[in-house]
Amino acid sequence: MTEGILFSLDGKEVTARTGQSIWDVAKENGTQIPHLCHTDRPSYQADGNCRACMVEIEGERVLAASCMRQPSTGMIVNSASERAKKSQKMVIELLATDQPERQNFHKPDSHFWKMAEINKISESRFPSRDMPLEDLSHPAMAVNLDACINCNLCVRACRDVQANDVIGMAGRGVHSKIVFDFDDPMGDSTCVACGECVQACPTGALLEKTMIEAPVIDRKIASVCPFCGVGCQLTYNVKDDKIISVDGRDGPANQERLCVKGRFGFDYIHNPERLTKPLIRKEGVSKKDIEGLDPSNPLTHFREATWEEALDVAASGLLKIKNQTGPGSLAGFGSAKGSNEEAYLFQKLIRTGFGTNNVDHCTRLCHASSVAALLETVGSGAVSAPFNEAKNSDVIIVIGSNPAVNHPVAATFFKNAVKDGTKLIIIDPRRQALSRYATYSLQEKPGSDVALLNSMMHVIAEEGLTNADYIKDHTENFSALKEHLKEFSPEAMTTKTGIDPDTVRQVARLYANANAALIFWGMGISQHVHGTDNSRCLISLALMTGQVGRPGAGLHPLRGQNNVQGASDVALIPMFLPDYQSVEDPEIRARFEKTWDAQIDPERGLTVVEITEAIHEDNIHGMYIMGENPAMSDPNVTHAREAFAKLDLLVVQDLFLTETAAYADVILPASAWPEKEGTVTNTNRQVQMGRPAVPLPGDTRQDYWIIQEIAKRMGLNWDYTHPKEVFGEMTGVMDSIKGITWERLENEGAVTYPCASEDDPGKPIIFDNGFPTASGRGTFVPASLISPDEVPDKEFPTVLTTGRLLEHWHTGSMTRRSKILDAVEPEPIIQMPPAMFEKLGISPGDFVTVQSRRGQIDIRARADGAVQKGMVFIPFCFAEAAANVLTNDALDPDGKIAEVKFCAVRVSKTVSLETV
Amino acid sequence: MGNSNSFLTTPRAPGAKKRKGRYYTKGRQVDPQSLTEIRELLTGQPLHRNLAIEHLHRLQDAFGHLKKRHLAALASELHMALSEIYEIATFYHNFKVADEDDDTPKFVIKVCDSLTCEMAGSANLAKDLAGNFGENVEISHGACMGRCDKAPVVRLKDHCVSNATLDKTIMEFEEYTSNSIKTASDHTSYEEYKEQGGFTFLSKLYSGGITSEEILEKLRESNHRGLGGAGFPHHLKIQSVLSVPGPRLMAVNADESEPGTFKDRYYMNNNPYQFLEGMLIGAELISAEEIYIFLRDEYSDTADILKEALAQIKIMGLSKDRPIHLRRGAGAYICGEESAMLESLEGKRALPRHKPPFPSHVGLFGKPTLINNVETLYWLPEILEKDSSWYSESGRHGATGYRTFSLSGHVNKPGVYRTPAGITAAELIAEYGGGIKDGHTFKAYLPGGASGGALPASMADIPLDFGTLEPHGCFIGSAAVIVLSDKDNLKNVARNLMRFFEDESCGQCTPCRAGTEKAIELMKEDQWDTDLLVELSDVMRDASICGLGQAAPNGFMSLLKHFPEELK
Repeated sequence: MTEGILFSLDGKEVTARTGQSIWDVAKENGTQIPHLCHTDRPSYQADGNCRACMVEIEGERVLAASCMRQPSTGMIVNSASERAKKSQKMVIELLATDQPERQNFHKPDSHFWKMAEINKISESRFPSRDMPLEDLSHPAMAVNLDACINCNLCVRACRDVQANDVIGMAGRGVHSKIVFDFDDPMGDSTCVACGECVQACPTGALLEKTMIEAPVIDRKIASVCPFCGVGCQLTYNVKDDKIISVDGRDGPANQERLCVKGRFGFDYIHNPERLTKPLIRKEGVSKKDIEGLDPSNPLTHFREATWEEALDVAASGLLKIKNQTGPGSLAGFGSAKGSNEEAYLFQKLIRTGFGTNNVDHCTRLCHASSVAALLETVGSGAVSAPFNEAKNSDVIIVIGSNPAVNHPVAATFFKNAVKDGTKLIIIDPRRQALSRYATYSLQEKPGSDVALLNSMMHVIAEEGLTNADYIKDHTENFSALKEHLKEFSPEAMTTKTGIDPDTVRQVARLYANANAALIFWGMGISQHVHGTDNSRCLISLALMTGQVGRPGAGLHPLRGQNNVQGASDVALIPMFLPDYQSVEDPEIRARFEKTWDAQIDPERGLTVVEITEAIHEDNIHGMYIMGENPAMSDPNVTHAREAFAKLDLLVVQDLFLTETAAYADVILPASAWPEKEGTVTNTNRQVQMGRPAVPLPGDTRQDYWIIQEIAKRMGLNWDYTHPKEVFGEMTGVMDSIKGITWERLENEGAVTYPCASEDDPGKPIIFDNGFPTASGRGTFVPASLISPDEVPDKEFPTVLTTGRLLEHWHTGSMTRRSKILDAVEPEPIIQMPPAMFEKLGISPGDFVTVQSRRGQIDIRARADGAVQKGMVFIPFCFAEAAANVLTNDALDPDGKIAEVKFCAVRVSKTVSLETV
Repeated sequence: MGNSNSFLTTPRAPGAKKRKGRYYTKGRQVDPQSLTEIRELLTGQPLHRNLAIEHLHRLQDAFGHLKKRHLAALASELHMALSEIYEIATFYHNFKVADEDDDTPKFVIKVCDSLTCEMAGSANLAKDLAGNFGENVEISHGACMGRCDKAPVVRLKDHCVSNATLDKTIMEFEEYTSNSIKTASDHTSYEEYKEQGGFTFLSKLYSGGITSEEILEKLRESNHRGLGGAGFPHHLKIQSVLSVPGPRLMAVNADESEPGTFKDRYYMNNNPYQFLEGMLIGAELISAEEIYIFLRDEYSDTADILKEALAQIKIMGLSKDRPIHLRRGAGAYICGEESAMLESLEGKRALPRHKPPFPSHVGLFGKPTLINNVETLYWLPEILEKDSSWYSESGRHGATGYRTFSLSGHVNKPGVYRTPAGITAAELIAEYGGGIKDGHTFKAYLPGGASGGALPASMADIPLDFGTLEPHGCFIGSAAVIVLSDKDNLKNVARNLMRFFEDESCGQCTPCRAGTEKAIELMKEDQWDTDLLVELSDVMRDASICGLGQAAPNGFMSLLKHFPEELK
């Protein structure tokens, strides 16, 4: 144990630990030294600029800022001497001089005024000066720099914490002021609206617009964000049963950070289009009759029903199909947006009530191929290390991923790491916000990942940069890989990848020679017909260099949905029972049959796209879809919609009348995340607790209740009265989370698995000593070059890739119903390289027609230099110009994932279109 | 696979459709033309953010001002965020960011408004000038330009008009804009310096003819001190840097900006090689990897001299292949504060750092850094040559060594004077300054520029040295003595000094940023609330981060002490 630093504070002997400031020690000892520019929130460095925390140190000429100054042994510090107090008060008085009048300002209870109150400052003896006017240009935040005290916290929030680098302190001296970019209106700036500045601002100069309307809140609820797989913990601020604003909470993944969706995207639950009553399709309304269907008034096509009737119609319809055409003619899509408990119950219902393994969810369109490769090579489908390990990495590779858009808070930790000296390598056909931080940014040709990764491995093998000990001790089949790599020299691959050989060599060396290197990948790797091969290459790369199983090293497929990890773990997938135990293994099956007291189909079920095909082939007649929107998210989506319309019975459980619900026979109004209690598992394998903030609206119900009511009506003897009972059952059948109890989660908020017992803290970094495979070794699986399924040709010369926008989640059913998110990205756009505008003779904002072999859409064009020549990008969240009308449903043979990242299209100037 | 058109239809799409979409990516776009212009301008230049200030100078020199479209392109080339480049461009007073990209750049004429120039009538001159130029000329003010012996001074880009009058300024403006007048420099050449025995000790040090320890010992014996203002013993500073392991750097503070100070300029312009020899010896003593010279923007004539001299040194192999970077300031007095200078050398805004740690341990780019002022280094070869006793035996009234005074104000012969340390103001004025100007009565003097406080004529018999003035609330600082007379309004003097600090405050900390501004406001009144001003001054002295804020009230406080009746 290191000894503390003994010093005197206000006449008392106190002890400081190394690294603590005088301010920290004072706080620990119950003395609050005034502070304005200082916060002890995670990631915020002391800046010492406001000078409100000045203390007197004996023997020193001037006072010292206690937030910056670390005590030394024997130091005599006085925080309340007349001299110290004089400065503390004067600083607050100086700043109060130019503040707007407290009572008339939007945030009368700001930290600043609280500090002023404690120091008995209510007015100033100094003349005030003119202060800047308000800036209300941003949909989410109000800027009132008349309340700004130049404390710099928002700059640190934007630059040091979230590293979005939008806010700056421009000018000098008394003219220095907070600016966005070049002193542009916030709404016109590069601001990504993470809202970190708003949470940091001590005066209300930066404030959520919603807080202007309702400055006083009723209660705060601790929960976790429902959008992406990062799993940010947050606090809902609730007034009159409405979520007014959201603050970041200190979760293990996010450390109080949030992104625009997590901060400003919650009002969707209060959207008037919310379904609040069960609905049944009206007699005689065809499923092809979609024209005129308005989610705000579904009664043109549906009629309201009681829960009793709707559940009866749903369950009896499903039973009828089961009895007539067998269990295999039913299928279910569960949701990665619900809780673990809901996902678990859903797959249990399909397996034991429907009697089939035809259960899947959006993981099929996500990391199915990554998981297939990981299970095959290293025996575990989850990440080997949390993304926060980036801080311990010398080198990070981000490949086929755009985390600043899709995992914004994770991206902030990557940027932090780079600012601390980590080298970042980005490999992606598109440039991205992170590119500015990259040491190497490889804008490869789309679909050339195997060629590029094999050529990197070729260099590593050829130059002897492999980790021979690691290969010997922990892997197998390296010689086959080595042999295979011979023909993949960077020179041989350069025409395929578009990357010059020297760069490939430098990048390969940088990665291989790093003390610790982490690979992050996303849908750009997985959503290809060679998605599994792409992942195999990444795994081989890590294994051959031993870049796994240590702090700062590892493999991290960034999971998309907030609970896609958990939903997969609890077996919302057709080939596995919980914990990835094969459903085709009789021993495993027998164990579950005993626990669940039901028969389980011995054959694996169909996957998402296969189910669509099976409907077309008349093999599936009835479906239960909970919280998924395949009529938007499936590839070649018109083909999928046609399938859903063809079903004899479609039961949809959702918040809104989604594009999928349009084909439903029965619609069950569900609960939104902030209305329910349950656990979710993020990309870091952290199981976290979500808690209800507001009551259920109208006649909506908890999803687990709805699933159970269907189950009961299908003859299952279920009697769960609380999600915790479901969680208890899960921990009984899943070794991975055996040591996690509901109570523990309630207390700790998050526990990482694998977790074997209640006193096991959980294991963030796995594969530290071999792999959970039969041999205990990781296997190299060589990957050959496979072309994308549909390569550009004369007729369709351009590559279309699809993905998300920062502001819109998945198919947009939630985020497009959030006022702020909708305001920032209100309409469909295609992102095209600037040169393409010239070629087509159009300007940004003009309509283009995009055609593929499967369909066509008209869409306005956005100029985006990040998109490379010969390529376009369309986000798939816009129903009125759905990207998936165009995409290809060809599948990866192992992961059964569709190639939505690559298809051939033709882009032309829209000939005539009524634009009004 | 059949595709039915009916399946292209969906329910009405969500979204309020109240706003237009965005047809560009968020924020300002980098336009291709600006990018091309920036790339052409920076051809062959390293694209590193550390060089942002240098690149901004290139941009402004080429286009007359900084257009935002260029700034966006520059940010992109340097991998910087927009706000990061904008912060820098708006921090330094010599950069001018155009409001609109299509604005025509104006020729900016800067009239010095620091104390000596104001005493010489610069305020009226500025007013007169304002009516005499067309739309394309902007009359602005500037802080001390380091030519106080020739006050008032007007700056025309890289040319300064000395003893400026309306007519002289107009004439030189016309000359400047037609054929870019350049005054020929007349300094000791390399050969001359060499002939006088120059570079002997550097060569000795390189060859082992004298050891580092011997040099340090000589510095200790001589009692030589840092002459940038703080007076820290030279040998101790070197030893402090040596106490931490390398790699180490050397930074030379040639940002002489204290109003009334022009001695460093004098040395660099007259005998640059002696200064450079001192610098090279210093660098060798600490095994510096690289040397950075931070030269203020206002000394463009000096920059030319140094560029030529540095090239010569390189040719003669005297730098031992140590890279020497001559960096150009951009108009910020705060860069005289050593840690602010380091920030500026790193290409950032010049915000003073918090201490500890001290730059000798954690300095430029985080490396231990020896920071010396020009004059400090200038003395070094001379002390070695003439020996430490020659230096230490000089001095009056108990002080030791030599000092270089910049004398300005109401004296007959303002200028730079090398005197024994410890000389009094009265002696300095009489023996060197040719006495008080006719028609003036000696009333008060500032012993150390704008920050060193003020003393009445009755106290002109105090030895001027480190430590001798502190008991009277003053300090010698950079030895810039400004002489005031009965013709000067002391309230205006106090206002001028406070306004200088307000203008030069970096804005980082509240007591200095808001304190100087509020003090000015209070000083605008006819009747001064001296109690409140004193209370504010106490806090500025106690709670400001750096010496600028701490010294900002010195002028006011000492004038109030000695002339309470005049400052009511």
